[in-house]
Amino acid sequence: MGSVSSRIPLPYSPKVIELFRNPKNLGRIEGADAEATAGSLACGDMIAIYLKVNKKNEKIINAKFESYGCAANIAAANILTEMIKGMTLRKAWQISWRQISDELGGLPAVKYHCGILAVGALRRAIRAYYKEREKPSWLPSSLTPEERQTLEEEKMMELLAKRLRRLSAEPGR
Amino acid sequence: MASDLLRSVRELLKRYGKPEREVYLDSENSGLVLEEALEEMLQVYREAIGHPSITNRPGWEAYEALYRASERIARAIGAEVEELAYTHSGTEANNLAILGLAKACGVSRRKIVVSAIEHLSVIFPAEELAKAGYKLIKVPVDEEGFVKLDELATAVDRETLLVSIGLVNHEIGTIQDLKALVEVVKDRDEDIIFHTDAADALGKVRLDVEELNVDMATFSSHKVYGPKGAGALYVRDGVKLEPILRGQLSAQRLWPGVENVPAIAGFGKAVEVLTSRLDEYVSHMQRLRDMLIDGIMDNIRWVLLNGPHGGRRAPGNVNVSFLYCEGEALTVELSMHGVYVSSGSACTSRALEASHVLLAIGRGYEEAHGSILMKVTPMHTREDVEYVLEQLPRAVERIRSLVPIRGG
Repeated sequence: MGSVSSRIPLPYSPKVIELFRNPKNLGRIEGADAEATAGSLACGDMIAIYLKVNKKNEKIINAKFESYGCAANIAAANILTEMIKGMTLRKAWQISWRQISDELGGLPAVKYHCGILAVGALRRAIRAYYKEREKPSWLPSSLTPEERQTLEEEKMMELLAKRLRRLSAEPGR
Repeated sequence: MASDLLRSVRELLKRYGKPEREVYLDSENSGLVLEEALEEMLQVYREAIGHPSITNRPGWEAYEALYRASERIARAIGAEVEELAYTHSGTEANNLAILGLAKACGVSRRKIVVSAIEHLSVIFPAEELAKAGYKLIKVPVDEEGFVKLDELATAVDRETLLVSIGLVNHEIGTIQDLKALVEVVKDRDEDIIFHTDAADALGKVRLDVEELNVDMATFSSHKVYGPKGAGALYVRDGVKLEPILRGQLSAQRLWPGVENVPAIAGFGKAVEVLTSRLDEYVSHMQRLRDMLIDGIMDNIRWVLLNGPHGGRRAPGNVNVSFLYCEGEALTVELSMHGVYVSSGSACTSRALEASHVLLAIGRGYEEAHGSILMKVTPMHTREDVEYVLEQLPRAVERIRSLVPIRGG
């Protein structure tokens, strides 16, 4: 079921609009120590996070993002890269989507998933950092709820896209 | 929460002043009102303050204003005044047509047929009936949005209560060959009721309910550049319909509560103005529409036109998908420069679902997410379109520059 008649941009906080207009930390980091994406073009929601890490103290020296998504998605990825600069990976791991929402002056309820996707992308990047390194004790082996939800969104879209392709391949369509 | 929102909106209004130039192309959602309609409304607000079904002088004045509007609308669509029921929106009129018919007709016929690209105010009531035990069939459309005649013919039978297919699609502008669709249905069984959502057709195409041979038709004031807050349902004499709301009836039988007389007066005036200048307005809108479409296609890469070309497309409708460019972000970017449009992206919908119309014509999710809907009206000018064409390439380029995956 679609929903066309409510296709009106949602009222955003001034902070979201400000970051949407003048994003900081936009782009890639060449030779990043860790990077990850979450979401997909089909979701209409995709965030890529790039990290440069000081290997001695595991502090994040630099963080950048790219985004395919609505203004809230762009602002969420942006504010997250601001928040984690200078943090240890351990501390960055603990940032919740709720903190992102608060920093943005409150996301509309239907946009909470933008914060979740940003957290999902960051945690994937942190896991990627430890892929070839010794895993610290604070890094859980099973997926956190934010990572699970990110994965579920990706899987659901894959299924929907497949079904749509099948439907449009049917004769008489 | 509501007060947070209000604070945000006030802060935004304060921080972002009015852009130097504004072009409002979002008439799908709201829009410009014709001067003539505004004047008519003001006059009724000031001079016909009564309740149209109460017998005193102000009431007679309100009654007269209401029927003046009815005469104008009836004349424009080829109906009788008594065949019009007023609601407060097109959404309400579609609900009345579908739910009111089911209510009146009991359980003798239990099948509803709609097209896959109907407005949600058709799809949702039809789905509600499906939950109550009706069989619901959504007839597919081709890649330009035209309902497939053979699929429709197979879908309808002697169990069918209602077929509802819009004359002009609100999103992609497809103008159906409605006469042929009605014929297929009535050939199968002439007792099947045919309803058309004609909200996007009135003032855009020549329209006569007798000639189309439809039983019911929905109209909406704001879609004809009248005020918001008025809709109408044409119900052919003899079609059985029950009110779906309960309350004190006023001047009409099918929608209780007092009619919004000033809005209906503005609605009637807008219909009169549009139909009296139909040819002039249609060719004006077509010119601007094609200028906008051609300008986009010539100057921006990776663009798809959604819906048909030329004469089979609503004169004001422009719907394009910019690949690798998320539509909601694009609407916000454009709005900062005074260009107001809407998108079929999941992100702009409160339910986070991509446009069902675009999916039904075979667009993928990525293509739906990058779609932009613009509607030019008789009030727009060449300069407006030039300004939009000046702003669009830069805005698309900026949103594309944020994306992790580059096209091409």
